[in-house]
Amino acid sequence: MVAVKDTVEQVAGLEKYEHGFVTEIEQEFAPKGLDRDTVAFISRKKDEPEWMLAWRLEAFERWSAMESPEWARVSFPPIDYQDATYYAAPKTGNGPASLDEVDPELLKTYEKLGIPLREQEVLAGVTGAPRYAVDAVFDSVSVVTTFKKELAEAGVIFCSMSEAVREHPELVRKYLGTVVPVTDNFFACLNSAVFSDGSFVYVPPGVRCPMELSTYFRINAAGSGQFERTLIIADKGAYVSYLEGCTAPMRDENQLHAAVVELVALEDAEIKYSTVQNWYPGDPETGKGGIYNFVTKRADCRGDRSRVSWTQVETGSAITWKYPSCVLRGRDSVGEFYSIAITNGRQQADTGTKMIHLGEGTRSRIISKGISAGRSSNTYRGLVSAHPKAKGARNFTQCDSLLIGKTCSAHTVPYIEARNGACTFEHEATTTRLSEDQLFYAQQRGLSEEEAVQLLVNGFVRDVLQELPMEFAVEAQKLVAISLEGSVG
Amino acid sequence: MLSLRNLHARVGEREILKGLSLEVPAGEVHAVMGPNGAGKSTLSYVLTGRPGYEVTEGAAELDGVDLLGLEANERAAQGLFLSFQYPLEIPGVPALTFIRTALNAQRRARGEAEMSAPDFLKRARACAADLRMDFDMLKRPLNVGFSGGEKKRMEVLQMALLSPRFMILDETDSGLDIDALRIVSEGVNALRAPDRSMLVITHYQRLLDYIRPDRVHVLADGRIVASGGPEMALELEREGYDKYARAA
Repeated sequence: MVAVKDTVEQVAGLEKYEHGFVTEIEQEFAPKGLDRDTVAFISRKKDEPEWMLAWRLEAFERWSAMESPEWARVSFPPIDYQDATYYAAPKTGNGPASLDEVDPELLKTYEKLGIPLREQEVLAGVTGAPRYAVDAVFDSVSVVTTFKKELAEAGVIFCSMSEAVREHPELVRKYLGTVVPVTDNFFACLNSAVFSDGSFVYVPPGVRCPMELSTYFRINAAGSGQFERTLIIADKGAYVSYLEGCTAPMRDENQLHAAVVELVALEDAEIKYSTVQNWYPGDPETGKGGIYNFVTKRADCRGDRSRVSWTQVETGSAITWKYPSCVLRGRDSVGEFYSIAITNGRQQADTGTKMIHLGEGTRSRIISKGISAGRSSNTYRGLVSAHPKAKGARNFTQCDSLLIGKTCSAHTVPYIEARNGACTFEHEATTTRLSEDQLFYAQQRGLSEEEAVQLLVNGFVRDVLQELPMEFAVEAQKLVAISLEGSVG
Repeated sequence: MLSLRNLHARVGEREILKGLSLEVPAGEVHAVMGPNGAGKSTLSYVLTGRPGYEVTEGAAELDGVDLLGLEANERAAQGLFLSFQYPLEIPGVPALTFIRTALNAQRRARGEAEMSAPDFLKRARACAADLRMDFDMLKRPLNVGFSGGEKKRMEVLQMALLSPRFMILDETDSGLDIDALRIVSEGVNALRAPDRSMLVITHYQRLLDYIRPDRVHVLADGRIVASGGPEMALELEREGYDKYARAA
């Protein structure tokens, strides 16, 4: 836990939301509003085949007849979907180029965000420096994807979604929309119509992906949303670990982020998917601005003995609405969900997971740590269900909430459905307030109030941080500390 | 070293310290004894700056530094340490991490260089051995699931590693069996030094058989009502606090 120390040391010099800057760059936009023409515009910009446009238009028709869901414990004024821009792209960046062709302003942006886009820098880094391939998505397009060549040698396809649609249509057509159907929900359906970019990963049978893959999402343009689509397929016996990170400038208006992530794990395959989400949370005092993070993430453990784990550190966004889920279809398949969700200021989060046990002997594990501070509201919502055929299914759920201060709230809404008598579901839940006794104890030993809170919170979330890839755990810990700054006193 | 003059303090509306004065010179160990409710624990919290304990009058100085104007952590950096009567559990934070984080926070506050991990571990191992503690215990979350005796040992271990100038031991003997009491006392005695002082707060004389005080004070109704040499502890054990409680 040296990292705890590092956090405490490093955090002092950091700004509250350090990613809130805007990149001045010439961008190209779709006309404001949303109709069939907008959908066609996006498809044309991406140079898509006919079948993709047809798929999008079908989704658009279905979406037009749907209504925004209202069951979550979040409140926001109705969104005017005609008052947003659905496509924004840096003028120079028409799909992934080689690094030399990328606008220097963009490179600077990623440098500022600490995202390594230059392979040689990553390679020449100090010993032990993280080595991972990055797909950088800026507003609606992927700017660059690194390490493609080395990955290709291993047979791994890692590219932007737009490129996959053009270059690997057979794979995209086979899997797209098979985990999250077009009409799954309002936001997923919207995404299906207007999705702009995102990452595509295919790991062939028996291949262990030689490095961490990651996508870094950046919303920059004002008045635009981001609708990325990610599809990851681990073929039989394959393994891949993937991380996404997200930031956005500080803006007074709310911006919509409605992503869809689909994971497919075939026989004996394993996918580890980690998220460090740090979208701009809005003004902590007034609640003005911030990202609406309405995301559908689902994994299909299609093959026997397949395994998917979701790990998420959610600190940003004005409103979070997401439930990374696992459909445990294959026999003896395993789903895991590890989550840290922090809300501060005026943030609202309604997040959790679904573990759908369909196959025999399937197992799942949920560890959720919710931390609420300021005047925020933090809800864990989770479903664990077992189909009649899922004999021997097991789930363990641990759901802990920590309250900091007296004006925040935490809620736990578990749904448990066992439709056969041969499954074992365990659910443990705790809610505690950050104790003044513990704080004083730590302060008496020499820690400032802020340092004491960080240390105690890091202790609270430790089980989950341990699940993150090592190089990101430190990052996540810093994030935890920053998002709780000013939460006491 | 420690100088308390006419200290008045309250918790909420209730005045608990009512004009307490006390001098503890460098190198000395003073015991504060008294009946329940006399204000013994309040004294330790007032000195260490616990929120909610409000000083309304008087002064408290450590080597001439006004303690009352400092935050709890700043007082710790000045070398003030409280061994808690009921040490807190800190889930998820290994004891070693906790102590090292605290030590380096103090060192930073004093403008000193941080202690490196290897140096710290070396010292921690030595201290654990002195206190006959299994070193693996230090890798576990601090005090979580520890017995009362283990927690008290952990307090003394923290004290040794943080090496404060002034130590307050609040009912350190409570919850200890006789073997643990001896080991803990040895640990405390090993810290006695000419430039260090201690305030040993206790209800019973028993602890003072092991940690011999230079002076004994009787605290009753928020004031020091009598002071004497070590023999006074024995007298209190025989005769009880009644006459002092009445005098107060």
